[in-house]
Amino acid sequence: MHDVATRTPPTLAFLKQLRPPWLMLAILLALLLAGPVQAAGSVAPTSPLPWWFWPLALFVTCFFIGIVAVPAGIGGGTLFVPIIGGFFPFHLDFVRGAGLLVALASALAAGPLLLRGGLASLRLALPLALLACMSSIAGALLGLALPASAIQTALGLIVLGIVTLMLMSKKSEFPHVAQPDRLSSALGIHGVFVDGASGRAIDWQVHRTPLGLILFLAIGVMAGMFGIGAGWANVPALNLLMGAPLKVSAGTSGLVLSLVDSSAAWVYLNRGAVLPMIAVPSVVGMMLGARIGARLLHVLKGSVIRKMVITLLLFAGIRALLKGLGLWV
Amino acid sequence: MNTPNPTNAQEQQAEASRYALLLDWGTRVGVLALILSFAAYLFGLLQPHVPLEHLPKVWNLPVSAYLQSTGSPTGWGWLALAHKGDLSNLIGIALLAGCSLPPLLGLIPLYLKRRDYVYAGLCALIALVIGLVASGMLTGGH
Repeated sequence: MHDVATRTPPTLAFLKQLRPPWLMLAILLALLLAGPVQAAGSVAPTSPLPWWFWPLALFVTCFFIGIVAVPAGIGGGTLFVPIIGGFFPFHLDFVRGAGLLVALASALAAGPLLLRGGLASLRLALPLALLACMSSIAGALLGLALPASAIQTALGLIVLGIVTLMLMSKKSEFPHVAQPDRLSSALGIHGVFVDGASGRAIDWQVHRTPLGLILFLAIGVMAGMFGIGAGWANVPALNLLMGAPLKVSAGTSGLVLSLVDSSAAWVYLNRGAVLPMIAVPSVVGMMLGARIGARLLHVLKGSVIRKMVITLLLFAGIRALLKGLGLWV
Repeated sequence: MNTPNPTNAQEQQAEASRYALLLDWGTRVGVLALILSFAAYLFGLLQPHVPLEHLPKVWNLPVSAYLQSTGSPTGWGWLALAHKGDLSNLIGIALLAGCSLPPLLGLIPLYLKRRDYVYAGLCALIALVIGLVASGMLTGGH
């Protein structure tokens, strides 16, 4: 009887040695590099491939993004815009429109579950969402008015900023809030959630609400301008700045996103920047991938996935920056 | 850690349950409409406004050039062409983009009943912002 290794071709043996997350990263990168690059200017070159290739590639890419986004703890929209904008032949206007819908669909799908589980707080979300909704409209209008190369360059910088934030930021499971600020007391922003891990009922309150409101104004502009959702910014703002427990921050972030992305999505829809052939395969692929990702949550090693996503974002961020500056077209 | 206030916790749970129920149904209807219309578009059951083979020549253009090249409508103009395969997908997309409105409006009577006028006002204001941007009045896409 032969040993398996001796019968396996070297390439296949190498692939077998790869752990699943890194294999997924390799597939994603291969898919991205297989695509023709587009110019940073207004018009990208047309692709010689048949029309159906791109929606199919989009569906597969979004499926993989959906799988890794859940265990990595970031929204699919954050990965979607830099990756699809950098490596697919679609104009960035349509990619941002689809990105908002991807982020919106993910937030809507998770919203009811988070609310019923007590992990999303309406009292915390609504004041922040009002300001972020208004600023996301301004961000979307600004994004559609600026040249693609400027948006691409700014997107590259923002994505590299997200990578830094992911590497540097510390999270606090239950931040200590000694005293709520006057505004949060007046608005009655506090609540109770039952921590599934310990079974304890946790009573929480927040502070620095005025600063939080200002920060959410800026977050709304970025969400609308780049179409990347804003979970990456919402969670640290709620958790580290305002002192909401980590799980409540993550859940409430989804609720805020569902309202903010909804406002910005209408701008793109009204301006004709939502192309169904790009938006629908992306939304469906991402939703299916996220379901698999949620099931794999207990199997895959979170830290490995996180490193993999950081690598992917770093690559996509550098690509977006160089493309925007016209250095890698 | 403070002792939870049971009345407040119950009130917040009631708000969350109502919002979740309406959001859940809105999302389901939107996703279903999206999948059905996309299937009809993809399998040629509905003729598209922009032929599928023509898409690679226009999806790389900025949105203004795309609209000019394809004669596609802006604002709610797509509704008149909703029988076209590609534009029919915008029904599902509009449902998803607007499905936060019923939960927001549904919370207002609950807050008013409790005399929580600030949160009733917040819900009304967010719904107004989303309604205005959806109408195209804020974006010039009317």
